[in-house]
Amino acid sequence: MAKRDNGLNLQSGSLITRFFIGAFVAFMAVFILGPLVWLALQAFSTTWTFPNLKPDGWTLIWWRRVFETPSMVEAIRNSFITAPIVVLVSAVICLPAAYAAARYNYIGRRVFLIGMFAANSFPKLGLFASIATLFYTLNLMGTMLGVIIIQLLGTIIYMTWIPAAAFAAVPKNLEEAARDAGASKFRVFRGITLRMAAPGILVAMVMSFISAFDEAQGTYLVGSPEIFTMPTEMYSLVLTYPVQIAAVFSILLAVPSVILIGLARKQIIGGQLAEGFQIK
Amino acid sequence: MSNATQGLELIGLTKVLGGRVIIDNLNLTVEKGEMVSLLGPSGCGKTTTLRMIAGFLIPEKGTVNLAGKDVTKLGPEKRPSAMVFQNYALWPHMSVFKNVAYPLKIRKMGKAEIEKRVHDVLTVVNLMHHKDSRPGQISGGEQQRVALARALVQEPDILLLDEPLSNLDAKLRVKVREDIRDLQRRLGITTVIVTHDQDEALSISDRIAVMNDGRIEQFSTPQELYDQPATEYVANFIGSLNRIEGGYSDGQVVPGSEVVGIRPEDVSFSKTQVSGSYPATVELVVPRGHFHEVYLKRADASLRAFISIDVPKVGDTGFSKVSKALVYKDGKLVRTA
Repeated sequence: MAKRDNGLNLQSGSLITRFFIGAFVAFMAVFILGPLVWLALQAFSTTWTFPNLKPDGWTLIWWRRVFETPSMVEAIRNSFITAPIVVLVSAVICLPAAYAAARYNYIGRRVFLIGMFAANSFPKLGLFASIATLFYTLNLMGTMLGVIIIQLLGTIIYMTWIPAAAFAAVPKNLEEAARDAGASKFRVFRGITLRMAAPGILVAMVMSFISAFDEAQGTYLVGSPEIFTMPTEMYSLVLTYPVQIAAVFSILLAVPSVILIGLARKQIIGGQLAEGFQIK
Repeated sequence: MSNATQGLELIGLTKVLGGRVIIDNLNLTVEKGEMVSLLGPSGCGKTTTLRMIAGFLIPEKGTVNLAGKDVTKLGPEKRPSAMVFQNYALWPHMSVFKNVAYPLKIRKMGKAEIEKRVHDVLTVVNLMHHKDSRPGQISGGEQQRVALARALVQEPDILLLDEPLSNLDAKLRVKVREDIRDLQRRLGITTVIVTHDQDEALSISDRIAVMNDGRIEQFSTPQELYDQPATEYVANFIGSLNRIEGGYSDGQVVPGSEVVGIRPEDVSFSKTQVSGSYPATVELVVPRGHFHEVYLKRADASLRAFISIDVPKVGDTGFSKVSKALVYKDGKLVRTA
C-alpha cells in the first residue's frame, strides 16, 4: 500500500470504517472550527448575508471603529491592567500555600485543597451576589481593586492545585542533595525546587491569566458601570453594535490566550519533569 | 577531647521515629581513611544512621563527631560530609558539569577554580566526555559516577554512600564497587557505606558493622566476621550456615541446649574414613556454579556441604567430617571447635 501510516492506523480498517472516521473528523471540525472561521471572516467583511457562502466584500473598517471607540479602548486597557496584576497577586498568595500543601502534612491540609475545589463547584453568580453586598460596605463596588479581587478568586484554584502538584513532583532527595552540597534551605528552594516546579507554575500562571482575562460575571457585577473589561464590554457591544464589531472584539479577546498557550505548549504537553531522574 | 578520632565518632546515638526506637544507643568509631560498611536487612536502621551522620536527621540522644568536631546539631549544609544517594539525586535540569560544579558554586569559589576542580574530578571518574550531557541522557552507571563526582569535588572529611550500587545490574555492580574502593584508597577518604548486600560489604570494607534492630551486633573486619561471628544473628546473616540445636563434641553434634553453627564449606565428604569423620549418605546435590551444594544425612545431623572437587552423587555413602563449628548460647558465641 502506498499510503504511509498516519498514526491512526487506518490502513487495517476497511474502506467503510475509514469513510466513517473521516466523516466524523470532518463533522467535529465543522463544529469546532466552523464558528471560529465564521468569526474570523466576519471581522473583515463589509456585510455577509444569508444565503451567501462568502462575505459580500472585505474591509478593515470594523477594526478601526473598535480602536476609535473610547469605551472599547478603555476596556482593552483595563483588561491588560487587571489580568497581569491578578496573576502576580495570585502567585504571591497561592504559591507558598501550594508549597505547604505539597511538602507539609498539616492538619486540615486535605480540607484546604478540597475546599479550593468545592468553592468552584457552586454557581458563581450566587457567590458573587453575596460578595457584592460585602463589597458595598467596603466601598469596593465599581473600583479597580474590587475587580481585581473578584478576578483573583477564580485563579486561586489554578494557582494552588497545579503548583502543589508540581512541587510534590520534585523528589525530596534532590532537595536533600542540594542541602548536602552546602545550600541553605532558601537556596535549595530557589535553585532546585522552584526551578524544577517552574513548568507547572508557568502553566498555572497561563491558566490564571486566561481565567482572569475571560472573567465576566463577577467583573460585570462589581465593575459596572464604572469599570469595563473586554469580556464585560462584550455585553453591551453585542447588543448595540454591528455583529462585525463583536467579531473583531472576540478575536482581540482570544489573542492573549492563544499566544500564551502557544508559548506554554511545551510545558503543558511535554514532560520536562519526567526527564532525567528516577522517581522512586 | 582526649582520644577523639579524626574520622567519625558516633556516641550513644538514639533515634525515635513515629514512636518507635529506630536506633538504640549506637556507638561506632570510624578511623580516618577507613572504609566502613553498615550492613543489615532493610529496617535495621542503617540508613537512619547514615542520615544522622549526614545531618538529615537529628538524634534524640547522643553525639556525632566528624573530624574531631561535634556536628550533632548542625544541618547537612554545615557538615563536612558528602553523600551519594541511592537514586543518585542528580538535578535533571543541570548538565553533568553543572551538577558537579553546584557545591563549589555555593561555596562562592572562583570560576576558573571551579572549572579546574570539576575537570579534575570528572577525569577521575572518567566522565569528561559527558560533561555537557543531561543526567537523563546517560546510563545508570554513568549517573552513579556523576553522583560520586559531585560528592568528591567537595573534598569532604567523610564520604557517605547510601546503597550506591543497588540500582546497577550485577556485572556493573562488581566493577563499580571496585572502582569506588580503588578511588577511596587512592584519595584516603573516610567512607561509610550502607548496604544490605553482604558480598558488597565483605569485598569493599575495611570493617563492617552488622546491624540488627537499631543496634550494632558486631563491628570487625570482614575476615573476623566470617570466622568468628560474635552472635548467632551475624553468623546467619554473613555467609551460609547449618544451624543445629544441641551441643558439639568430637566433631559431631550431641544432645545439648546450645546452638551449633557449621559453615557448609567446613563440611567435607569422602569415600574413606579419616579421624573425626562419621558415616554419611548423600541425599541431594544442587549445582551452584563453581561449587555444588551437597545435602548429607548423618546419624547426628543433616548437613549441607559446599564441595567443588570429587562431587558425589545422590545415594552415595561415605564419611563426612566437620572441620570447624561455632557454638552459641543465648545467641552469643561461646566457643569455636
